[in-house]
Amino acid sequence: MQTHTFKPDQPPPSMSVGVVAWLRSNLFSNWFNSLLTLFALYLIWLMVPPALQWSLFDANWVGTSRTDCTADGACWVFVKEHLAQFMYGFYPEQLRWRVDLTAWAAIIGAAPLFIPVMPRKALYGAAYLVIFPLLAFWLMYGGFGLDIVETSQWGGLMLTLVIAVVGISGAMPLGILLALGRRSDMPAIRVLCVTFIEFWRGVPLITVLFMSSVMLPFFLPEGMSFDKLLRALIGIILFQSAYMAEVVRGGLQAIPKGQYEAAAAVGLGYWRMMGLVILPQALKLVIPGIVNTFIALFKDTSLVIIIGLFDLFTIIHQATVNPEWLGFAVEGYVFAALVFWIFCFGMSRYSMHLERKLHTGHKR
Amino acid sequence: MQPNANSPRVTGSLLTDPKFRAWIFQILAVIAVVALGWYLFNNTQHNLQSRGISSGFGFMEQSAGFGILQSLIDYTETDSYGRVFVIGLLNTLLVSVLGIIFATLLGFLLGVARLSHNWLISKLATLYIEIFRNIPPLLQIFFWYFAVLRNVPGPRQSLDVGETVFLNIRGLYLPSPTPTEGFWAALVAFLVAVAISIFIGIKAKQRREATGQRFPVLITTLALVFGLPAVVGLIFGNPFIWEIPELKGFNFQGGFVVIPELVALTMALSIYTAAFIAEIVRAGIMSVSHGQTEAADSLGLRKGITLRLVIIPQALRVIIPPLTSQYLNLAKNSSLAAAIGYPDLVSLFAGTVLNQTGQAIETISITMSVYLAISLAISLLMNWYNKRMALVER
Repeated sequence: MQTHTFKPDQPPPSMSVGVVAWLRSNLFSNWFNSLLTLFALYLIWLMVPPALQWSLFDANWVGTSRTDCTADGACWVFVKEHLAQFMYGFYPEQLRWRVDLTAWAAIIGAAPLFIPVMPRKALYGAAYLVIFPLLAFWLMYGGFGLDIVETSQWGGLMLTLVIAVVGISGAMPLGILLALGRRSDMPAIRVLCVTFIEFWRGVPLITVLFMSSVMLPFFLPEGMSFDKLLRALIGIILFQSAYMAEVVRGGLQAIPKGQYEAAAAVGLGYWRMMGLVILPQALKLVIPGIVNTFIALFKDTSLVIIIGLFDLFTIIHQATVNPEWLGFAVEGYVFAALVFWIFCFGMSRYSMHLERKLHTGHKR
Repeated sequence: MQPNANSPRVTGSLLTDPKFRAWIFQILAVIAVVALGWYLFNNTQHNLQSRGISSGFGFMEQSAGFGILQSLIDYTETDSYGRVFVIGLLNTLLVSVLGIIFATLLGFLLGVARLSHNWLISKLATLYIEIFRNIPPLLQIFFWYFAVLRNVPGPRQSLDVGETVFLNIRGLYLPSPTPTEGFWAALVAFLVAVAISIFIGIKAKQRREATGQRFPVLITTLALVFGLPAVVGLIFGNPFIWEIPELKGFNFQGGFVVIPELVALTMALSIYTAAFIAEIVRAGIMSVSHGQTEAADSLGLRKGITLRLVIIPQALRVIIPPLTSQYLNLAKNSSLAAAIGYPDLVSLFAGTVLNQTGQAIETISITMSVYLAISLAISLLMNWYNKRMALVER
């Protein structure tokens, strides 16, 4: 008996699989698309080779002074020579280990928080939040046996990070309180919070910094004066807390009424209702917003140039106008941009990751 | 739980009564705020007296006595601080408006490019967005100002585009239109054209609603608005001549000069804000569900009409609120001008005037109030718009 056997399938046409098909569907699907592709290729050809040529192939990496740099490529010697300054500002050289130690303490101390199976994480986290700031302040500022380093000597990336971290840790709780106040049933509290939030959201940060540097001294009793860094920090915290409040309010509004009613039904008071039921859900919803606020704050730290603090960007700008190293502004700015970019981009990626991880089924 | 109306009211201690506690709490909060305000006010009064600073806004009348790099209205050094304030405000508005225009154009282009089916174009747009929104705007301003515009050649070796636009260290030189005798005739023609177009638009809409017949309004409008002034221009002579900047001696004469500070600021702010606008536009377009496109297809609407009547109106509802807040951000970021010396409100008024007069409280308050007023005005406008555009559900 003869059985019918199929012939083996013919391979698909070579134009519909593999690289060719991908190219056809993504780059050359019709004449307009092809034109766009050619235009994009032209743009790339216009920008990428010269940029690579300048920043890598023709660049100068070795040397110690400007004479080691040739004219046609980037002079990374400039960055290399100033690197320590960019990182620590005018922090005394022999004491810089204290800053390093603080950074390591921050990293190593926080590391266990990222281990998923770590027991008693909340307790450890709380202890870290209390102990680390004290330790960091002691190490960086001094006292109790360490030489005191005035904050006017702080600078560079270190100062940028200090402003950003202190700013966010101050703005976060204040912002949550303001958001709760804005949603409160008590009219007086609500009016106060709304006024506060709308005021700070309506003015640019520069004017806030101006205010903290020229107006604040008038507000204080005679003879009392604040450290310049502290004044800037107060301004930044008040400013960012208003933005944070609006982000948190968005989260609070997204929590269905049933959650409030359920919490009240099991007999929770206001603070426990908020702390145990509403806020954990609301904050989770607005993680992207919180991280965006933090990224904005991080970028805004560069504005302290206005009141004469030497953060990373200011110190790089100072180095580019130094007569001994004139003409390397592009290198300096590219380096500054790269550092800021790495931090901001990293944070935005981390927030995306967190969003996915904490995603416990609100979205349908 | 609502107590039964007939049951006797459960009376506990007054301290556990939520209403009473709310009152106490609010009274305490108000007292605390008033006390803080009073304390600060007292300190300020005391400090001002002990330093011999007279408060008040009398200084606004005094003569300023310093020059200003760019002013949109006439200004001499003998003019008052009040006039300096107006110049600063106008300069701030100028850079904000320019920035908003360029950022919107670039942002919409990038937003659409990121959604393009062309892989390369969409990746390039993504690259642009990820790069520029993660770099502080101040750094970008400094880059364009110090690294680029301070490094272009002097007037004699100016960079030029077709011998009409010149860029050198003193600024950007653009050809400027100078009106001739034919100008008024052309202007009248233009206004007439606009009036006729509006009339045609209304008539066309009426006819479409009555009979369903369409009339090519857009083409007629374009033809009228450009054609009529052109025809009139042919009769009465060219309404403008373009005055092209010319190198005379050490500098350029004629044309329209844009100072490098303004160029750098506008470029940096538009490039930075465009990255955010692009993301907003993308989110807006993606928020219109595919079902809408399919529904439009099944009704037999053509692609262009689908886009214009179905997708864009729905996307705009999502796009416009965050877009306005980006515009506000741009206006607030324009205060970064102070860092490169562009004479905006902050750098002129909260900077130079403050330094000259020492009236810290007055100048800073005025500056802040201006920004606050702009923000609040735009917020109110936005709330009104949101109410009008809110989705009307069944």
